[in-house]
Amino acid sequence: MNDIQNKIPTSSVDELYAEAGHWHINTGEETIHAKRVKGKWRTLKWWANSFWLIFFLGPYLRWDDRQAVLFDIPNRQFHIFGATLLPQDFFLLALLLLFFAILLAVVTAVAGRVWCGFFCFQTIWTDVFTWIEEKFEGAPQKRRKLENAPWNFAKIKTKVYKHSLWLIISVLTGISFTAWFVDAIDLWAGIVSFELGIVPLAFISMFILGTYILAGFMREQACFWLCPYARIQGVMIDNNTVLPTYDFIRGEPRGRVKKGQKEEDRTTGDCIDCNQCVAVCPTGVDIRNGQQEGCITCALCIDACDAVMEKVGRPKGLIRYESLDDLEGGESTPIYKRGRVWVYCGILTFALSGILYGLATLDSIQLKVLHDRQPLFVMQSDGSIQNKYRLKMLNKLKEPVSVTIEAIGPKNLVTVGIDKPVQLKPGTVTPKDVFVRVPRSDLKAESENIKFIIKGESSQGQLLRSDRTSVFIGPK
Amino acid sequence: MSDHNPFPGENNTGHIWDDNIRELANPIPRWWMIGFWASILWVVGYGILYPMIPSANDYTKGVTGWSQIGEFQQGVDEVEAVRAQFEEQIAVKSAAEILADDGLSTYAVNSARVLFGDNCAACHGAGGAGNSGFPVLADDDWLYGGKVENISLTITNGRKGMMTAQGALLKPEEVDALATAIVKGTVADEPLYKTKACFACHGMDAKGNQALGSANLTDAVWRFDEEDRLASAKYTIIHGVNAPNDPQSREAVMPSFKDRLSESDIKKLSVYVYKLGGGQ
Repeated sequence: MNDIQNKIPTSSVDELYAEAGHWHINTGEETIHAKRVKGKWRTLKWWANSFWLIFFLGPYLRWDDRQAVLFDIPNRQFHIFGATLLPQDFFLLALLLLFFAILLAVVTAVAGRVWCGFFCFQTIWTDVFTWIEEKFEGAPQKRRKLENAPWNFAKIKTKVYKHSLWLIISVLTGISFTAWFVDAIDLWAGIVSFELGIVPLAFISMFILGTYILAGFMREQACFWLCPYARIQGVMIDNNTVLPTYDFIRGEPRGRVKKGQKEEDRTTGDCIDCNQCVAVCPTGVDIRNGQQEGCITCALCIDACDAVMEKVGRPKGLIRYESLDDLEGGESTPIYKRGRVWVYCGILTFALSGILYGLATLDSIQLKVLHDRQPLFVMQSDGSIQNKYRLKMLNKLKEPVSVTIEAIGPKNLVTVGIDKPVQLKPGTVTPKDVFVRVPRSDLKAESENIKFIIKGESSQGQLLRSDRTSVFIGPK
Repeated sequence: MSDHNPFPGENNTGHIWDDNIRELANPIPRWWMIGFWASILWVVGYGILYPMIPSANDYTKGVTGWSQIGEFQQGVDEVEAVRAQFEEQIAVKSAAEILADDGLSTYAVNSARVLFGDNCAACHGAGGAGNSGFPVLADDDWLYGGKVENISLTITNGRKGMMTAQGALLKPEEVDALATAIVKGTVADEPLYKTKACFACHGMDAKGNQALGSANLTDAVWRFDEEDRLASAKYTIIHGVNAPNDPQSREAVMPSFKDRLSESDIKKLSVYVYKLGGGQ
């Protein structure tokens, strides 16, 4: 045994250890207390965060006599400003999801995890929670001290303040989320009068608990171990992607600033090994090890490093947004020459045009025609052929609409059952069975097209029309 | 095993073999233990609230009294409550009254779809499409009348077609002449039709008699429709329908559903059949 060990040159083992030395994974045993520094990216981050004000304020927008944007799941109606989407329009939702999924992909391919760093609720809520923490408990150093301090009245007081504020934000988060699905005014009325239904109550509670735990305690651990998008985005990055990158060519070898040493005598790189980039990182990674799974590309280390570089009189941008190809002296492919970007943009365009088409052709009434298959056709006693259709007429308006039905198809067709206008109930589908008879001599083929048209008028005088082509089937 | 631990600070148990293989005492993570105990507590709580432990003839019921079959029954009761208001009306109204009421007739059609599948479709085909030897219910040709009352009566009492076998009474060329005229749809003008007394059942105009269930011989819908219509007509004339003295006679029997279906079910089925496409 010892013989074998003796044969291994110690130098190679040392190399292995040195490599593994970087590899510290925090699985939650250590709370990250990130330092907050001012800077360009910090400011940008606040602006990006304010995007989520829409989440809190959006539900109170009104449109006519209802909430402007309301995802009314119990009644199976989505209201988005003037438009009302019923389950029949759900291909739009599929396209919307496709759009955002690909948007995530293209943004990640071009500029890294922009979503994670600047827009993700996990990042932002954690940011706000730690901001509150800093207000009550002080800078990271003081927070670490407080963590280890014995419990006394002062500690309890600060903790109670902090957690109360966290809970208030969690409660507002829960209510705001639920308000997108239940009318916000009814929701608040229910909360104030303690008469909330079990479903909204369950959702609000779930979100209070989720927000409190995820933003208060799990924080970066959610990004590390919980979030699938973090992993997916990690593999979308390539050598052309611009990311917060440590310029190791300029920075290495690292060395502390020595007092009295002249700048021209310096043998070390620009990195002064002050660890400020690690100190400000909300996920606790060291960007100098290169792009890694923990990095959410929030760019806060850029602010920190720039501030230090300014202090020591060296050029800024030791950590900067840069692609790996550019950094290593090559040149990254321009965006318009990247195949991936083109493919992604193609899918984006497809999804977007589908959504626009869907919205543009969103009718107030919609006709679907089901041809009866059992039997496909019936011969009548006078020798004519009869087909049976079930018309499904959807009325998306809030008022009943009276429609006339007509059919255009083979010559001399006779319709049975639609001589009178049909009353369509509001907000739902009204079915109607229709029989169509055609003399056998007028049938040219086994299957011929027949078009059903429904026409009506809303109380505002708007003309409503929908048509659908089906088939008329006869004997061979 | 040695008193001197060569690997201090790594939390080993002191069991060391072959110089460096040792047993470590790494505790299970706290979150895992919390989950472990919480799931045990969950089981206890579940056992108190819900049915859980079986015994020879019984099982623990749990304080909530919940059971799967109970939940199912509750669901069934809810559906029955919705149906009850319709069923009450159907019980007291006639088939014609049900047909006249939009809501009731829609309910009857939806409710009778299953009944039709269970009781009628075996002969008459899904959707009343008919089968070889069994009438189509979706067309407008009715042997016994297409009013909803007629249909009710047919389902309730059943039907049995009857036509005497004419093979012994008619000469082959007479059968040929009659059958050819039927295929052309002009049998009423055929002299044999009158002289051989076909009109007694099928009527002077050969349009049949719904009171007897005799077929209309002039329309396009045939009771015994076969590829070769002339042969089919000849066969029916020669052998008759349900003729007791002719073993080759055609069979045309519909059983009575009086004892198999409730009155409400028969009404619902009548409305369903009426609405298949040919009700009059």
